[in-house]
Amino acid sequence: MPEPVPPAPGSSADDPGRGISRRGLLGLAAAGGVGAVAGIAAGAAVVGAGRPESGSGAAARYDFYGPHQAGITTPAQDRLHFAAFDLAAGATRDELASLLADWTDAAARMTQGLEVGETGAVGGSPYAPPQDTGEALGLPASGLTITFGFGPSLFETADGVDRFGIADRRPPALQALPRFTGDALVPERSGGDLCVQACADDPQVAVHAIRNLSRIAFGRASLRWSQLGFGRTSSTSTSQVTPRNLFGFKDGTANLKAEERSAVDEHVWVSDADGPAWMVGGSYLVARRIRMIIESWDRVQLSEQEDLVGRTKGEGGPMSGGAEFTALNLSATAADGSPAIARNAHVRLAHPDLNDGIRLLRRGYNFVDGNDALGRLDAGLFFLSFQKDPARFVTVQRSLARDGLNEYLKHVGSAVFAIPPGAAEGGSIGDGLFA
Amino acid sequence: MPIRSTARTPLAATAALGVAALALAGCVANAPAGATVLTVDITDTGCEVSANTAAAGAVTFSLTNNGTDVNEFEILADDQLRIVGEKENVTPGQTVDYTAQLDPGTYYTACKFQLVGAPIGLAEFTVTGEAVAGDENRQALEKEAVTNYVSYIRSQVGELLPQVQAFVDAYESGDDETARALFASTRVSYERIEPTAEAFGDLDPKIDYREVDALAEGLDWTGFHRIEKDLWVPAPDALNSDGTSAWLDWQPSTPEQRTEFGDQLVADVQQLFDLVSASDFTVSLSDISNGAIGLLDEVATGKISGEEDWWSHTDLTDFAANVDGASVAFGNVKKIASETDEGKALVAEIEKQFTALKAELAKYGSIESGFTPYDQVTDAQRKQLSDAVNALAEPLSQLTSTVLGV
Repeated sequence: MPEPVPPAPGSSADDPGRGISRRGLLGLAAAGGVGAVAGIAAGAAVVGAGRPESGSGAAARYDFYGPHQAGITTPAQDRLHFAAFDLAAGATRDELASLLADWTDAAARMTQGLEVGETGAVGGSPYAPPQDTGEALGLPASGLTITFGFGPSLFETADGVDRFGIADRRPPALQALPRFTGDALVPERSGGDLCVQACADDPQVAVHAIRNLSRIAFGRASLRWSQLGFGRTSSTSTSQVTPRNLFGFKDGTANLKAEERSAVDEHVWVSDADGPAWMVGGSYLVARRIRMIIESWDRVQLSEQEDLVGRTKGEGGPMSGGAEFTALNLSATAADGSPAIARNAHVRLAHPDLNDGIRLLRRGYNFVDGNDALGRLDAGLFFLSFQKDPARFVTVQRSLARDGLNEYLKHVGSAVFAIPPGAAEGGSIGDGLFA
Repeated sequence: MPIRSTARTPLAATAALGVAALALAGCVANAPAGATVLTVDITDTGCEVSANTAAAGAVTFSLTNNGTDVNEFEILADDQLRIVGEKENVTPGQTVDYTAQLDPGTYYTACKFQLVGAPIGLAEFTVTGEAVAGDENRQALEKEAVTNYVSYIRSQVGELLPQVQAFVDAYESGDDETARALFASTRVSYERIEPTAEAFGDLDPKIDYREVDALAEGLDWTGFHRIEKDLWVPAPDALNSDGTSAWLDWQPSTPEQRTEFGDQLVADVQQLFDLVSASDFTVSLSDISNGAIGLLDEVATGKISGEEDWWSHTDLTDFAANVDGASVAFGNVKKIASETDEGKALVAEIEKQFTALKAELAKYGSIESGFTPYDQVTDAQRKQLSDAVNALAEPLSQLTSTVLGV
């Protein structure tokens, strides 16, 4: 698991051999080897104010290389820019491999607060466009993680074409998702050959990452759809406060947390026993753009809102009693003999006890993308979950078919991706595809 | 389409409100001295009241069934939908007095042969003079609201039965033109009382689920929308509302399947009729007020988007029927909501917004004459409809807490 990099002198951020530090370049840091320390400390003092949780805030910096990709068990950052790409028509196997290598290199730099390319945003020829687009100049790493994934269509198109000679590498678990209740899928917002999840505590840093990776891809791959998320809806670390979704409820109270190492191994990472070998240490990502009909929701009585969710709106404790982190008592009854946690309550239907013990690592974000033609906010939850097999998500989502919240939800986008393990230093994401 | 059900089950919470299921509030057993007495000549095809006007207060109707089978006398509000009083089970040859406490206003009288089908002999009936301060306490008002709403539900399902039979007959015999013409109007009574059907668990899924809902929940897809797709066969490249191909796991029904789906729909509607006709069927006061906002939400989520009638585009008829149902439910609890000044202001605002929404809908047609197909309604027009729904739904969502006084 990627750990926050301690802000120590000599870390990669101020290693001149690796590229230009965005902060160092603008002279925000003091001279010499302690530059990174000063810069990070300043960032922590400014942006980190009021954030009690450790490892978050502008100062956080996470290793890109490691056995697992970052951005999964990493404490969920506040902002998201997610993008799905399709390979260009006629793109070759070599072009796919070179794209992944170039992306790996750029991602390794950006996650360390460095500019893209050796000459960055302003260090190159005045007669050439800059290598880095520049909008992150002066900004720290901001906890940026960049996580890559491969969609089913990368291995085999809908027509059965193996464009890159990798169909035999396709993990059997990587199948298109079935239809679910509430699906109103828009093909243009669904699927994709490749995905990139960029999470950061500064939205500009996350957008900078997707923008530059998209630019690097031109000619080899192009954006299919993308999504901004303005606020995390899950905690992935016990050090984090549980955030609220746009229904106004705490979300992710019972989420898998990075500290639960054995549970994360059991539910998230692909093991040797699961295979295939090139996916060991990886995971599978399900992305769902879930529109919330918040105008109707806002007219629902408080007691009904709480019954539908299965938790109180204020504290977030279960309707069976207790505080936020009290375990659900699914057999508890209310005064009138009915279940205290309603039969169609979201927390009941999503609970591991009703789903073969399955737990998903959720990492979703709130979004508001303007408004629709009817004058309603185009708002909702961009749901992201990581699990060792997409079938686990299918089990839980099918259980939610009778979820009382469904009346206020529409799933407009859907995609599934294989998330390969992390790259070793000197290697590239997805090396195993071509080995 | 499914609609919210958690706190809105008609069978719940009546005891807490002290509502007796079958009490006929607003009417008294015997004609009090000084009450207007009118006679009603009930036949299989007529419903003649001896006068079309009466003074406000207790009005007694002396009902005589001169027909060949059981009949029913109804007094409807000026929307011709909401029941303000009724006498069921008047047997052939029987004469029975029925007294209603009526405030000034416009009403309609009607009979219902064999207790099902459309009202017969619908006639305007005017009540004049000053409202008589009755002895109606809070409890009596609640009983009246519940009694009349239960009557309304039974009346609507009673109308639905023969309509569904006629629709299914056309469908099963391959008379698609007739079946298409009947599709929208047949659904009206159902859409008016949908929260009630929804409360019976597995009935609404069988009667009214869309393909995408049924498949996603692993249910056999049956009911109105299955038949709809046979009647409006999608183009080869058409998409379902979930973005999948319309022809994925779907083929037009064979004649044998048509018989199966048609008979199933009739049986399911018959079961709904039996359930609401049961002597212990009742609803709670909050079920009524919650039903009003539930129907509006149904409009806001399913009809405004055009997903309900994906192939026939008859969404506006469902839309209007939902609004009817919400309007009737509101009418049933209006008096109770008006007990405080705050409540009076809320009632005035709701009435104003109902009027505005109905006027907006009227631009596109009526239930009787049909509506503009929804795929011909532009985004800008849909937004105007949506704005009118939101303008009504906001005050309407306050109704339950006002009615319950909590």
